[in-house]
Amino acid sequence: MDDFYRDYILDHYRSPRNFGTLEQPDVAAEDVNPLCGDQIRVELKLDDGKISDVRFSGKGCAISQASTSMLLETVKGMKLTDVAQLPKDAVLENVGIGISPTRMKCAMLGLRVLKSAAIGKLADWPDEE
Amino acid sequence: MTQTLRPPFDRAQGDKAMERIIADFPILARPTSRGKRLVYLDSAATSQKPRAVIQALVDYYEQYNANIHRGVYEIAQRATDEYEHARVKLARFIGAQTSEVVWVRNTTEAINLVAYSWGDHNITAGDAILLTELEHHSDLVPWQLLAQRTGAQLRFIPVDARGIHVLDDLDRLLDGCKLVAISHVSNTLGTIAPLETIIPRAHAAGAVVLVDGAQGAPHLPLDVKALDADFYAFSGHKMLGPTGIGCLYGKRELLEAMPPFLSGGDMIRKVEYTRTTFNDPPRRFEAGTSNIADTIAFGVAADYLAALGMPWVREHERALTGYALERLATLEPRGLAIYGPRDPARSSGVISFNFGDIHPHDLASILDTEGVCIRAGHHCTMPLMEKSGWSATARASFYIYNTEADVDALCEGLEKAARVFHI
Repeated sequence: MDDFYRDYILDHYRSPRNFGTLEQPDVAAEDVNPLCGDQIRVELKLDDGKISDVRFSGKGCAISQASTSMLLETVKGMKLTDVAQLPKDAVLENVGIGISPTRMKCAMLGLRVLKSAAIGKLADWPDEE
Repeated sequence: MTQTLRPPFDRAQGDKAMERIIADFPILARPTSRGKRLVYLDSAATSQKPRAVIQALVDYYEQYNANIHRGVYEIAQRATDEYEHARVKLARFIGAQTSEVVWVRNTTEAINLVAYSWGDHNITAGDAILLTELEHHSDLVPWQLLAQRTGAQLRFIPVDARGIHVLDDLDRLLDGCKLVAISHVSNTLGTIAPLETIIPRAHAAGAVVLVDGAQGAPHLPLDVKALDADFYAFSGHKMLGPTGIGCLYGKRELLEAMPPFLSGGDMIRKVEYTRTTFNDPPRRFEAGTSNIADTIAFGVAADYLAALGMPWVREHERALTGYALERLATLEPRGLAIYGPRDPARSSGVISFNFGDIHPHDLASILDTEGVCIRAGHHCTMPLMEKSGWSATARASFYIYNTEADVDALCEGLEKAARVFHI
């Protein structure tokens, strides 16, 4: 598990990208990880069904915050319908090494909230689909 | 057993006593998957179990597994005897009469039993229920629901920045108060409640007092009669016993006046098609087939603690907490924040902390790689966390099998976390 905390993860934890809120988001969603109380809110600006801007806010552990930060860096320009289909690997490709099963929910929280924003209701946990 | 090595023992004897205690816990001899020694610092969540407790479960299932109270054959009689003997043991352990010990699943169920059975029949609109700001959700949510059902008002004894009860306004808070529900020891901060001050004043104000003893009974010498608590609730699994068995102590006259909580078999005297006469306490509150094996093993756990002596348990934990606070204080200049009482005389084997900007869950994951088990999160005290401005804390908690070596392992784990997070 200590292998997980590589420098770029800590960088995203301490300096998350796209962190904050949008003036007038078109869609948004938020959720908490019941295990630890981590909170993530994701706001999206849309242009013709595609994500034109994104922000997230919240608090939590390095895994949830860095996973969300890295995931959202990849979604600009993506169609909402494609976002709704994103697999858990969309996160694990960025942060996969060393996440223990007990912390998987932390890694999946941002993806779950992003997909919730895309489909307009609370999405399933990506690791349980 | 360690009966011959009661304190005060000298240092060398003490080490030998500790070795013998540790050897009684099979799990502590099993290395983690990374080959580390298991350093278990989460006994406030659940304690480890000594071999004698585990063996009691096996003995029941292998030798005399039978339902209790109505069987006429030999093993049913033995099961009944052992089950009821556990009640005698627990009554003795807390200084109660046997008929005042009600078996429940855990502290939560004990509190719910009182909230529904006593609360619904004694609390009315306009009454006040006094809690403290430290309460675990299990000693908060049942009272919120009772207040919603009855129109009662909830009040809270405040705590200061160190989690110490502030009693300046106690008389005003007790005015119009019918029930005081207070944790003996805070599961988040370890604060020991000043029950010897609060209980007489609550009684003088006409209130009944329930003590949430989930973190009290396992760690502190207890005499419910001397304490004069009206109800005292605690769980077996935090005091060397199995999960799924706990105890509600209630003063006999209170229990006798209370209607059943759950109903069904075993809690009845006579049943007709349209009406029922209920059994006397404690069995009035024990509907259905009980948790027989775990109850018997709970009795063995109480035997184990009684043999050690609860004054020894308290002194051991006080000394260890003092040592841990000293060791942790050396990390304060590097960003370690210690919450709760700094005087080990006022706390009971629980230390909450945060380290720099490392989230407690990350801290717990890194410590886990070194075999060190701590808890991280809100510890089921979300209002306290909110009031204190902590989103989460890390918590180390001690019990009879912990040593200074475990505290050292915790501190080495924290050093590792500091390296991983570059702080």
